[in-house]
Amino acid sequence: MISIKNIQKGFSGKTIIENVSSEFETGKCNLVIGASGSGKTVLMKCLVGLIQPDSGEIMYNGDNFSMMNQDQKKELRRKIGMLFQGSALFDSMTVEKNILFPLDMFSNQTKAEKQKRVDEVLDRVNLNDAHKKFPAEISGGMKKRVGIARAIVLNPEYLFCDEPNSGLDPQTSLVIDKLIKEITTEYNITTVVNTHDMNSVMEIGDKIMYMYQGKKEWEGTNQEIIFSKNEKLNNFIFASDFLKDAKDMRMLEKMGKIDNNRNMDELLKS
Amino acid sequence: MNIFTKLGAFLLMLKGMFTKPENLKIYWKELMHQCVELGIGSLGIVSIISVFIGAVSTLQTSYQFVSPIIPRSVIAQIVRDSVILEFAPTITCIVLAGVVGSKISSELGNMRVSEQIDALEIMGINTKAYLILPKILAALIMIPLLVIIAMVLGIWGGRFVGDLTGILPHEIYDKGLIESFVPYNVNFALAKAYTFAFIITGIPAYFGYNVKGGALEIGRASTTAVVTSCIMILLADYVLAAILL
Repeated sequence: MISIKNIQKGFSGKTIIENVSSEFETGKCNLVIGASGSGKTVLMKCLVGLIQPDSGEIMYNGDNFSMMNQDQKKELRRKIGMLFQGSALFDSMTVEKNILFPLDMFSNQTKAEKQKRVDEVLDRVNLNDAHKKFPAEISGGMKKRVGIARAIVLNPEYLFCDEPNSGLDPQTSLVIDKLIKEITTEYNITTVVNTHDMNSVMEIGDKIMYMYQGKKEWEGTNQEIIFSKNEKLNNFIFASDFLKDAKDMRMLEKMGKIDNNRNMDELLKS
Repeated sequence: MNIFTKLGAFLLMLKGMFTKPENLKIYWKELMHQCVELGIGSLGIVSIISVFIGAVSTLQTSYQFVSPIIPRSVIAQIVRDSVILEFAPTITCIVLAGVVGSKISSELGNMRVSEQIDALEIMGINTKAYLILPKILAALIMIPLLVIIAMVLGIWGGRFVGDLTGILPHEIYDKGLIESFVPYNVNFALAKAYTFAFIITGIPAYFGYNVKGGALEIGRASTTAVVTSCIMILLADYVLAAILL
């Protein structure tokens, strides 16, 4: 579990994150949502240590990350996998070598064992035929899947995904969401996902934190979000008329006012 | 950011490179890769430049030597010393500052902008040690070797053109080459090569590693890195000549 207490971060006198506290639970997809510029990415970079927060505590299973020395931080980082917004694959390496890299660097396995592990994770993300391709030769969705494969190759305890659906079509987004959810449950890892994709929120958000202008505005589950009365959250999540209607329908379903197994064809005929 | 802040950041970057490698084998592989990239990759351009510099030196020195009382073998001495003392180390390294410097700067800048450096940091890798140190070490190994090759090819280029044009037969050229030869000059040239090797990798690495922004900033960083490296090479050239000669 990761818990954060009163995280504060600013740049050039401007506060980007203001007193954010929360807990990211193990075995669950913890989503951080918010509009662009709300501080999600800065918060994630603080969590993984790429940015030092101005104040506050980040605890990994009770150990204060800010108080760790460089060696302890390095040790912890080996338990962290991260999927970047742009995938951040190494351009000069093939897909296979991208995934082999952490294994080569940190494991004492034999060449055959490493290759077996690479095949396993590529199979896990449904990429069995991309071993020898370079990142420039594969699609955005495939890059994300390679990024996930690289992030999980060392069996991490924590997985961070920064906007995993950005630039992807809805169908591919669903595949990536499903994959993140499955991996989280399968490996029982603490997953933190930054997103502003509403589909992800409803599909995989076991726990959701909504950030507004650097502050935590709302926190709850994807079930609770439907019934939330928070105006800012509703304006953000259910921004379009279509999504507002979808929310109303879902609320009516949850309250048993309409049948959630209704046959739309028959309803349309009648 | 003023010059002292940048100098401080540069020194901190150098200090940050010296940590225990996470995996010595991978670092060794990276060093060898950089040796091939920087050394073998630059061999072609260095060879062409050296041969032509030697050739042009012979032609121009001969053109300026009109007095019949000065022996023609002196042309070879002048070409030899010019190539060893100045042309091979300085001109070669200025060209390499453009070739190698822009490559290092844009490569690291692109890695920074596309979050590849962050990805390495997240894995627990010291990116300064993994990305910058092998480049500097490879340059310290390969550039003095390239400078030696440049010396040999430059002198050979002069000999070849002297023979080809009939200005200076190779028997006289060879005689001139061994007359009043000062071995210290080669040591001086190698001292320059080591200094310049550090400059043409360290400075572009600094500018590339610290890029913020996008494609435009990568281009700017490359240009700044090459210009700064060239100025620093010329400055170091003067300082070394003043101290060592």
